[in-house]
Amino acid sequence: MRFVFEKRNTVSKKAFVLVPLVAFLVSLFLTGILLVVFKANPFVTYGSMFVGAFGSWVNFTETLVKAIPLMLTGIGVGLAFRLKFWNIGAEGQLVFGGVTATWVALFWTPFLPVWMVLPIALLFGSIAGALWAAIPGVLKVSLKVDETLVSLMLNYVAILIAQGLYYGAWIDPKGMGFPGTMMFPKSAWLPRFSGRAHVGLFVAVLLGFIMWFVLNRTKWGFEVKMVGQNPKAAKVMGVKIGKTVLSAILISGAFSGLAGAFEVTAISHRLQQGLAMGYGYTAIIVAWMAQLNPIASIFVAVLMAGLLVGGDQVQMMMGLPSAMGIVLQGMILFPMLAGSLFTDYKLKIISKESPEASV
Amino acid sequence: MIALITSILAITLRAGTSLIYATIGEIYTERSGILNLGLEGMMLMGAVSAFATVYYTGSLGLALIVSMLTGIVLSSLHAFLSITMRANQVVSGLSITLFGTGLASFLGQRLGPASNGHYLIGLIGEKFTPFAIPGLSKIPVIGAVFSQDILTYIVYLIIPVAWFYMYKTKNGLNLRAVGESPQTADAMGINVYRTRYIYTIVGGTLVALGGAHLSLSYAPGWTDNITGGRGWIVIALVIFSMWNPSRAIWGALLFGGINAIQFRLQATGTTISAPFLNMLPYIVTIVVLVLMTWFETLNKKVGAPAALAVPYMRGEK
Amino acid sequence: MENVQKESVPILEMLGITIRFPGVLANDNVDLELFPGEVLALLGENGAGKSTLMNVLAGLYRADSGRILIKGKEVEINSPKDAMALGIGMVHQNFKLVETMTVAENVILGLDSEDFILDLKKVGNRIREISDHYNLKVDPGAMIWQMSVGEQQRVEILKLIYRGAEVLILDEPTAVLTPQEAKDLNRIVKQMTSEGKSAIFITHKMDEVMEFSDWVRVLQKGRLVSVVKTKDTSPKDLSRMMVGREVLFRIEKEPSVPGEVVLKVENVVAMNDKGLKALKGISFSIRKGEILGIAGVAGNGQRELTEVITGLHKVVSGKIIIENTDMTNKSPLEIIKSGVSHIPSDRVAMGIVGDMSVANNLAMKEYRKEPLTKYGILHPKRIFTMAKKMITAFMIATPSPLTNVKFLSGGNIQKTILAREIGACSSLLVAAYPARGLDVGATESVRNEMIAERDNGRAVLLVSEDLDELMSVSDRIAVMNGGHIMGIVDADKSDIAGLGMMMAGVPLEELK
Repeated sequence: MRFVFEKRNTVSKKAFVLVPLVAFLVSLFLTGILLVVFKANPFVTYGSMFVGAFGSWVNFTETLVKAIPLMLTGIGVGLAFRLKFWNIGAEGQLVFGGVTATWVALFWTPFLPVWMVLPIALLFGSIAGALWAAIPGVLKVSLKVDETLVSLMLNYVAILIAQGLYYGAWIDPKGMGFPGTMMFPKSAWLPRFSGRAHVGLFVAVLLGFIMWFVLNRTKWGFEVKMVGQNPKAAKVMGVKIGKTVLSAILISGAFSGLAGAFEVTAISHRLQQGLAMGYGYTAIIVAWMAQLNPIASIFVAVLMAGLLVGGDQVQMMMGLPSAMGIVLQGMILFPMLAGSLFTDYKLKIISKESPEASV
Repeated sequence: MIALITSILAITLRAGTSLIYATIGEIYTERSGILNLGLEGMMLMGAVSAFATVYYTGSLGLALIVSMLTGIVLSSLHAFLSITMRANQVVSGLSITLFGTGLASFLGQRLGPASNGHYLIGLIGEKFTPFAIPGLSKIPVIGAVFSQDILTYIVYLIIPVAWFYMYKTKNGLNLRAVGESPQTADAMGINVYRTRYIYTIVGGTLVALGGAHLSLSYAPGWTDNITGGRGWIVIALVIFSMWNPSRAIWGALLFGGINAIQFRLQATGTTISAPFLNMLPYIVTIVVLVLMTWFETLNKKVGAPAALAVPYMRGEK
Repeated sequence: MENVQKESVPILEMLGITIRFPGVLANDNVDLELFPGEVLALLGENGAGKSTLMNVLAGLYRADSGRILIKGKEVEINSPKDAMALGIGMVHQNFKLVETMTVAENVILGLDSEDFILDLKKVGNRIREISDHYNLKVDPGAMIWQMSVGEQQRVEILKLIYRGAEVLILDEPTAVLTPQEAKDLNRIVKQMTSEGKSAIFITHKMDEVMEFSDWVRVLQKGRLVSVVKTKDTSPKDLSRMMVGREVLFRIEKEPSVPGEVVLKVENVVAMNDKGLKALKGISFSIRKGEILGIAGVAGNGQRELTEVITGLHKVVSGKIIIENTDMTNKSPLEIIKSGVSHIPSDRVAMGIVGDMSVANNLAMKEYRKEPLTKYGILHPKRIFTMAKKMITAFMIATPSPLTNVKFLSGGNIQKTILAREIGACSSLLVAAYPARGLDVGATESVRNEMIAERDNGRAVLLVSEDLDELMSVSDRIAVMNGGHIMGIVDADKSDIAGLGMMMAGVPLEELK
């Protein structure tokens, strides 16, 4: 008897939905084993994670707070991934967006009408994210430089720039040496609607739907699909590859930059340690689990945010490391990747017939 | 002055050692056609497992073995996903990094003694110490090469052996063929899947050793993100060495050198602020990458194995 | 027929081989027999199952049922290694050579019998011995990527001899050769069989069967339909057995009525991807209502020629003029807008996006324009309606317009490309190997579409390696060799011998 993978004649729609679901369950199971090894009851742990993330409105608003940047970065990263542009620099794009929004909030406020401060801060944050993403983008399109490494290296650079600023030039003179800038003027605060949950949520959700429409119903989206799935054919068909790729990367970076601008204007109200929380990396998991679908990314982002908030919760309640949530997230991609084979292939079991059986 | 150069060279080699282990490991993996972007996660896991072992047992040998086992487990996972399941290798590697980073940080907060709040951070354990080779270590400047710890001495051996094996032996020939043209290798009776499994795992073992060198020798102890992106820098170093193990030394020396200079500047007190100094390795990586790519396109010669990151299935083109 | 070679035991027997692929029976109970010193031709259309059957022998596929006997003993072949150990070696259509390695390294690749530490000097000497014996002219130190296709094929043969192959399988070996090189191959094979080795020849060309083989086995849709001695048959009989009906070798078409010049290529020079000159001053023109065929062995600049015309490749010097407008080095989009359509040589890699639907693939030229797009917004319903019309008109067999195009057969993929390109064509159609790898029915419809386009007043540039096709479809034939055009002749005044000489590098002037 032997097993062979046989190519399916059609893409399995069922597998498309089922694979992420099963992947999540498998991840829960595997992390459960880890928990047992460390003498924690997985059911109790997962229970308190769930309660911590979704158990009350207050907890849920905290989940939403983390879901917002995950939605934006997840949608952005997903767009770049569609073009096989492995942008793993969402973290740096987010940080650079946050830094630029801080710059606007701290230094431009005196010169701007009150109502313009926030829009300008958010706009410049997005542009900064786009520019940060443009570095690997231009290098890739013009010189074919590997974008994975460049975008990743720029994460470190952006984080160090931010550090250099809030430890150095921009440090709050009244902060008694505490690393961080001054508090932003109120005009640069993004309104919150409940707890720390802010209106950025509605923007992120709206952008998810817009992105879906753009990908599926516009000429540009059609070209993105062509270039992403077969750049050679797209070129034969007259699509300008470099232009398509670069425009998508700029948008991808702008999403992350906006996420960073939201973080500083809505959550911290200043630039300080903790802007680089790893959202840009979790975004990769969000995008992949949502199979690069922007609307699905919205929901996956809430789930992933739940794991982060739940992880913090079990640290407080049960003394388990908060990295627990990250382990759970990291674990999801493995069954997800293994499962993606089943959307294109099916497993066939062949028993070797004896020669006599066939005439 | 000579003393200064000698000390910079000594630190350079010490800092470069973990890079060389990982670079040679990844060269072997990529030569078989598998791209493993999980290095950062694997090095972190190698480092944390090595340090935890040495803290509890005091045995450096055992620590190396445990970290190698960690590398074997994680690279087998990558091998399974990318070879058997034909998953996207970029995403699989990223997953290993995300998972490895998370798990290493989890273990760093959990494996420690109760007295330290279960944290490994801040503990002190056994470490590899440099020992001088009598005679040779007395040579001016070059002496720095011969006053290292055992892991660095092993690296001196690994480089030529890795080069010889790849270019002068039957197995090396088969390995290169699998990465260049798996269809050909398959038709010639080479087991493509087995070859890829073997070298992905061999590579992963060396990468984990690179991580162990960090927590047992270069910066003894455990801190979150002890690697500081070295796993990613190594991926650039593989390109820099054009997939040739004998050239791995140059990239490692370059980046080891940057580390050493940072060390010196910070020790002497400088006006350049720390964050900007710390950016140096990352910016240099980007510059090196751009120059290498530019150089390769100019020469119309790409050193990358032709089938790198392309899954193989018999009967499919 | 069993008693012809009575004394000796067949070196190879295959009995009742059956192989199923998803949805098709690739081989249905096929038998095969081969004696030492014999050349067997395996004849059949594309998709008849010839290569599949041979891949079973070579250890790349496994039969679902059936037996294989070597020298009368039943064997199991589970891997290429097993096959090699039994003395079976195959020269695949796509050569199994590592381009970045030397001949010597390729020859010993995967051999267990070599020393752990390689002794390439010893290997080189042995290679030279074999090369001299068969007059193969192979240098053991040469890099594969620097060799011509013909040389690479000789390396493949040498590799099998080095490994002690007794049975040589050659899969469509002459497809990549000039007629002269094919003759040389025949000589090599004959010398080997005279020394007691045997060979199996996969082909669909009748004249080669007659020239090369002792026996012919004809496969049709996976089944063995006849076994004959070559000297007892004729090309006409063979082609009837192969297709199951009489084949038309000449396509019916009216004489062409050329109008004004559509494409003018003037002294074009271009580089290939390795930075070497691929086109060394090419000039020709095509008029409305005319098909210009481009003949030549693959790799003599045809690909670069189609790509400079369609804007995919840069011209170093010279001019490309389309309908009196200078289009040299214009973008593919600008050239598309001037009414040029392109059927690319590698249809799956360049002609379709596999993971998109048939409907979307059909729209890949028209999606930019109204009514499919307005203000940048697509209208999927209009794409769907248009696709349905095209699917009917071109008889594309697809479960639905929304099926991903990668699930269609090669012939239907080509029809999809054809439908799209012909729909968008208003001046020039550039077709590279449009019928390659298609079955007889699809080939016929592709060729008829070319002629229909011509009769619609388009200019057609047809690149092909099939001389029969060129002579029957095109009006004039230009022959390319080494980046030059050797000559341009009228199709109805051309003959295979003359074209063959030009393909081998003899200019037209020297022929007369």
